[in-house]
Amino acid sequence: MKVLVPVKRVVDYNVKVRVKSDQSGVDIANVKMSMNPFDEIAVEEATRLKEKGAATEVVAVSCGVAQCQETLRTAMAIGADRGALVQTDAELQPLAVAKLLKALVDKEQPQLVILGKQAIDDDANQTGQMLAALLGWPQATFASKLEVSGDSATVTREVDGGLETITLKLPAIVTTDLRLNEPRYVTLPNIMKAKKKQLDNYTPADLGVDVAPRLKTLKVTEPPARSAGVMVPDVATLVEKLKNEAKVI
Amino acid sequence: MTNLVIAEHDNAQLKGATLNTVAAAAKIGGDVHVLVAGSGAQAVAEQAAQIAGVSKVLLADAPQLADGLAENLAEQVLAVAKDYSHILFPSTASGKNVAPRVAAKLDVAQVSDIIAVDAPDTFQRPIYAGNAIATVQSADPVKVLTVRTTGFDAVAAQGGSAAVESVAAVADSGLSSFVGREVAKSDRPELTAAKIVVSGGRGMGSAENFKILDPLADKLGAALGASRAAVDAGYAPNDWQVGQTGKIVAPQLYVAIGISGAIQHLAGMKDSKVIVAINKDAEAPIFGVADYGLVADLFQAVPELVSAL
Repeated sequence: MKVLVPVKRVVDYNVKVRVKSDQSGVDIANVKMSMNPFDEIAVEEATRLKEKGAATEVVAVSCGVAQCQETLRTAMAIGADRGALVQTDAELQPLAVAKLLKALVDKEQPQLVILGKQAIDDDANQTGQMLAALLGWPQATFASKLEVSGDSATVTREVDGGLETITLKLPAIVTTDLRLNEPRYVTLPNIMKAKKKQLDNYTPADLGVDVAPRLKTLKVTEPPARSAGVMVPDVATLVEKLKNEAKVI
Repeated sequence: MTNLVIAEHDNAQLKGATLNTVAAAAKIGGDVHVLVAGSGAQAVAEQAAQIAGVSKVLLADAPQLADGLAENLAEQVLAVAKDYSHILFPSTASGKNVAPRVAAKLDVAQVSDIIAVDAPDTFQRPIYAGNAIATVQSADPVKVLTVRTTGFDAVAAQGGSAAVESVAAVADSGLSSFVGREVAKSDRPELTAAKIVVSGGRGMGSAENFKILDPLADKLGAALGASRAAVDAGYAPNDWQVGQTGKIVAPQLYVAIGISGAIQHLAGMKDSKVIVAINKDAEAPIFGVADYGLVADLFQAVPELVSAL
């Protein structure tokens, strides 16, 4: 079974982003970029499937600027066998990415695609579901446990109020939640090995996909700031303030 | 312009998130219809018909719709979609699961987690874990939206008198099947709907220690929440998690106890009206957003707080 894992290059989750003063977006020049944390979990899960013998090949794919190659090399250092980059400088929205991924799925014919549940930059939480829809495949989002046997996958999902378990007919789409696994650290020898792995390059035109954005961002602003709070010396003062000043209890 | 709101329910009871989503639909303007897709969900349809401002309820009732499987539910929405300019889902686990599937089939972009409606085609949504707010405009013929429930005040659950119309249920896709559900039990208010939330973090130290929050939550009539650190450490169940990757809450009062205040946690609670932080580390980032901060050992402060209330 071949597994396809899409990965996204995003601003590192430790970076506190700043909104540009002209409100055109957030300032991501010269900030540290990393693989989206949910995608790391996806690569780890695919690698574990391979180590268990359930998967034969893991292909990492990414869409975006040339530097996404670094993200793909990281995926290959974790355990992906090879990579594919759809290179473009254009702004890519989830629907466009889903269409690019569909074209890659048509080419690669995987039985399983594992994506992160959302990217921590646009927080959209759409691409996996959209890809499933375009392919007409079943989906299991927010997965915290994945088992593959024969031509089906059993997935435990994190839902409001607890967990639910569903089975999917393969081929299928799975999106990862945080608790699915703990991604491994990449070691130096594996980073070196990853440099030698195959990395194919495509453009949206090669794949025949129109990536024009459907949503126009009119402006990006700072969230309303909270007014500065006060420190209270003891519990009695706290209760008094909550009762008489804030009037919330 | 007609809006379709997809009801969130458990086949017996309409969930509160539906009321916030109807509120967003009302802000867009035009008629508001509600789709109830489920099994044995007549009672839910009747509850939906009572919602203020709803003019029609569509009921699709069939066994294959019982568990909200994305493949079936998305097809059901698509079966009625052609009559609507806006399709709104609550931004819950279910809404997030299904909405993008509908959008992709309609070949339109989806706007996730809207917190404000500026115009029928222009919406505000948080990005980068709530560190920026984007205003986006959709040129698509149909707007598929998920609504962050804490961004809109719920409409009244009573006062409406919409007609309930049955619609044909779509066939089972056969692509997926429901196996089972593990529901975390709780007698407390639902986290996302509670007026007061008491949350514990890694500072609680253990699942056993977490119980010292029980009497405080009881006294305040509060829901219990947790930071991701506390959930990952096994101190609290995962559906208590407040944050970018958990639940987004905006109660009147949020009490953060032993929580440092990582960006991922703040994204889930910083729209609360009043925030109280109790932490022994005076440098903890949580004090940067707290209205009232108390630097103290929580194991002394919490019992003291309980007896002072």
